[in-house]
Amino acid sequence: MKKKWLSYPYILWMGIFVVVPLILVFFFSITTSSDGTLVFSLEHYRRFMEPLYLKVLLKSISLAGVSTIICLILGYPVALILAGRQMNKKSFLLFLFVLPMWMNFLLRTYAWMTLLEKNGFINTILSLFGLGPFQLLYNDAAVILGMVYNFLPFMVLPIYSVLRKIDHSIIEAAEDLGANQIIIFKKIIFPLSLPGVFSGISMVFMPAVTTFVISRLLGGGQYMLIGNLIERQFLLAGDWNFGSAISIVMMIIILISMGVTSKYDKEHEGGGLW
Amino acid sequence: MVKNIINRIYLFIIFVFLYAPIAVLIVFSFNDSKSRARWSGFTLKWYEGLLRSPDIKKALYYTIIIAILSSVISTVIGTIAAIGIHNMKKWKKGLVMNLTYLPILNPDIVTGISLMILFIFIRLKLGFFSMLLAHITFNIPYVILSVMPKLKQLNKHLYEAALDLGATPTYAFFKVILPEIMPGIITGALLAFTLSLDDFVISFFNTSSGVTNLSITIYSMARKGVNPTINALSTLMFLTVLILLFIVNKRTSKDTH
Amino acid sequence: MKKLGFITFLLFSIATVLSSCTTSDSTGNKTVLNIYNWGDYIDEDVIKGFENKYGIKVNYDTFATNEDMYVKIKSGGSNYDVIFPSDYMIEKMINENLLQKIDLNNISNYDLIDSQFKNLDYDPNNEYSVPYMWGTVGILYNKTMVDEPIDSWDILWDKKYAKQIFMLDSQRDSIGVALKKLGFSFNTREVSELEQAKQALIEQRPLVLAYVGDEVKDKMIGEEAAFAVVWSGDAVYCKRENPNLEYVIPKEGSNFWFDAMAIPSSAKNKEEAEMFINYLCETDIAFANTNYIGYSTPHIAAKEMLEEDILYDRAAYPLEEDIAHCEIFKDLGGFVKEYDRIWTEIMAQ
Repeated sequence: MKKKWLSYPYILWMGIFVVVPLILVFFFSITTSSDGTLVFSLEHYRRFMEPLYLKVLLKSISLAGVSTIICLILGYPVALILAGRQMNKKSFLLFLFVLPMWMNFLLRTYAWMTLLEKNGFINTILSLFGLGPFQLLYNDAAVILGMVYNFLPFMVLPIYSVLRKIDHSIIEAAEDLGANQIIIFKKIIFPLSLPGVFSGISMVFMPAVTTFVISRLLGGGQYMLIGNLIERQFLLAGDWNFGSAISIVMMIIILISMGVTSKYDKEHEGGGLW
Repeated sequence: MVKNIINRIYLFIIFVFLYAPIAVLIVFSFNDSKSRARWSGFTLKWYEGLLRSPDIKKALYYTIIIAILSSVISTVIGTIAAIGIHNMKKWKKGLVMNLTYLPILNPDIVTGISLMILFIFIRLKLGFFSMLLAHITFNIPYVILSVMPKLKQLNKHLYEAALDLGATPTYAFFKVILPEIMPGIITGALLAFTLSLDDFVISFFNTSSGVTNLSITIYSMARKGVNPTINALSTLMFLTVLILLFIVNKRTSKDTH
Repeated sequence: MKKLGFITFLLFSIATVLSSCTTSDSTGNKTVLNIYNWGDYIDEDVIKGFENKYGIKVNYDTFATNEDMYVKIKSGGSNYDVIFPSDYMIEKMINENLLQKIDLNNISNYDLIDSQFKNLDYDPNNEYSVPYMWGTVGILYNKTMVDEPIDSWDILWDKKYAKQIFMLDSQRDSIGVALKKLGFSFNTREVSELEQAKQALIEQRPLVLAYVGDEVKDKMIGEEAAFAVVWSGDAVYCKRENPNLEYVIPKEGSNFWFDAMAIPSSAKNKEEAEMFINYLCETDIAFANTNYIGYSTPHIAAKEMLEEDILYDRAAYPLEEDIAHCEIFKDLGGFVKEYDRIWTEIMAQ
């Protein structure tokens, strides 16, 4: 139709900076260099299929999934409120919402440790009320807290931008016809906001699967996540082939799951493997 | 009325959640001890140290320049791309979107190292330009994902109606489509800027020759313990942006009255 | 329209402020020296002093781990003239021809380095490196939370101290601790020994509060736990911040680590690089660095300038008997993949 040539500059850019590196990674994943000679092999993929590594993948995906759902539950109301008509100074509040993210991530996570430690701020306050020190750190809850903290704006912003321009005459018409707020939300607002929701889920779930710094700092390194595993292959073990294979498998799995989710997106805007 | 109060309380709680670590950060920029664990008195020495440190200032400079440039460029490319992709046939659209997801879902180390190898292969010397290219690459997908929902929300017939009424395609684009998708564009630009500011791994592997950014400086300090001069810098950055925000807010509300 | 004008004014003022952040470097004919070091690992005045004394401009980049630095150097995208690798990384880079020989005739201050730190395993003929900082690894413990003398790695497996123990989130260090506890070398390539270490670490997991990185310092100062495995330089800092803390090198032996200066093969300015290395070996400069960084210096004269409480601190400057069973990390080559597999098995439980 009209204007699809507009995407050609981007496709060119992607071709160079995304596809070529991808081919490189794929190449690493299917070769193995024993004694300096290059041999094609699927041994890295086979190795990843061991229960040890699949367990790691499963843990990463489930953690990311829980964090994404919580981000959605907490973030949707924020987007709704921020976009609501009662709010003036929308842009100001929006910037205020994003501003904490402009402070360095490591520093903010260290600050969470200061807050959550056994002798940290929160426990100190609680002890004033005679409540015993709670183990707020080094468990799944702390990791999820950290993930939600880090990814919340990525969920809120796209939903907010869609909710801002929902045609209010539709809502008014529904109100005139006697619908209460819950039905209006369920039947009108939420379905109309789905494209934003889908973008939000993409921008939270996908990076959340491969993130590991949060789990290392707030989870006390208690478990191994796929992002950590991949980084160690590239840096510590010097096994770029295995690391690449893991990355490719992960790419395929995530793209498939995005494809499944996009089935809810009736116009198939989101992509996915089919 | 009650709903309004509940809304504001909820928003307030969320903001407390978001700003709690920032408050901690700021408080410890005045701590006499280097340690986060103890408060040993009020001091401004870290702020003084900041003034005497050319390396941190240089890192700040590169961080901001690259963040601004990469977010502007990626927003332009991404917005145009989103419009193009929006008009593609289903299977082509799916393919392009899948490729768009790749920089988002790939662990930073894979993106960083594979880009580094690419740059070395095409004999591009690592430095400012390579870091900028890398940042634009991982920013564009987020812009696309921010603009796409707005395009979907767009009334398809608005553009055609404008053309029917005698507008040129360019005029129709700038006056009809662009204002409608503007929230998405701004969201995309904001997200791109945010990601750029905070990136470590990809930047680390794609720069050299004295070009560094704040994230690299901070993560490199991890072994020794982060110097509170960084806290001082963060506090100053935070306050600067906050004050700017308030000023702009005051001026725009004056405009609308 | 006014809004646009105001925003333009804002951007302009930001640009002006930013331009004041960059020093106007008209390098012109000046040589540029590219240095790659750990973060916060030098007294910044030292760099300025060097630039002023020799008229050479310094580009100072930082890295977070040896492995990050290794990938950058090996891939060839950057030309660094002086780098600061650790012991096993130096050995690895020598084996892969990534370092070039240093002409010790150009390092006139080399004699001021304690000979105890020369001819070490990783660079037996002192051809490729000049020592910069050194230290040990040991147990940092809180005297008030412990009621017995601490002298062995076994204490970290004592059920009495469940959830009072911090281990390092680093495969070589933690596997090394287990190996030492069992009486093996932590450079072992015997899979059976590694498997035993793996078992020990799996047994230990319920007792460990967390596997931490460098944030362990603040945690121990804040008395979050009774024990932690730390580097000696960090231990000295922790003890000063919290006098309840004490450091000991277990009797089974531990790690002896070194950070040294080296010149990559791809370096373009070898002569200037050697000038820089020599400069760092001058007494006042070495003293400034050890004073700022807080780690132990291999420089004899600089050490003599230190205050008594540091000089006689056995954490900073251990006695012969403390380090009798200490080993330096060796490069494991391809065998490191085995360590990685073991670590995954431990952590994925």
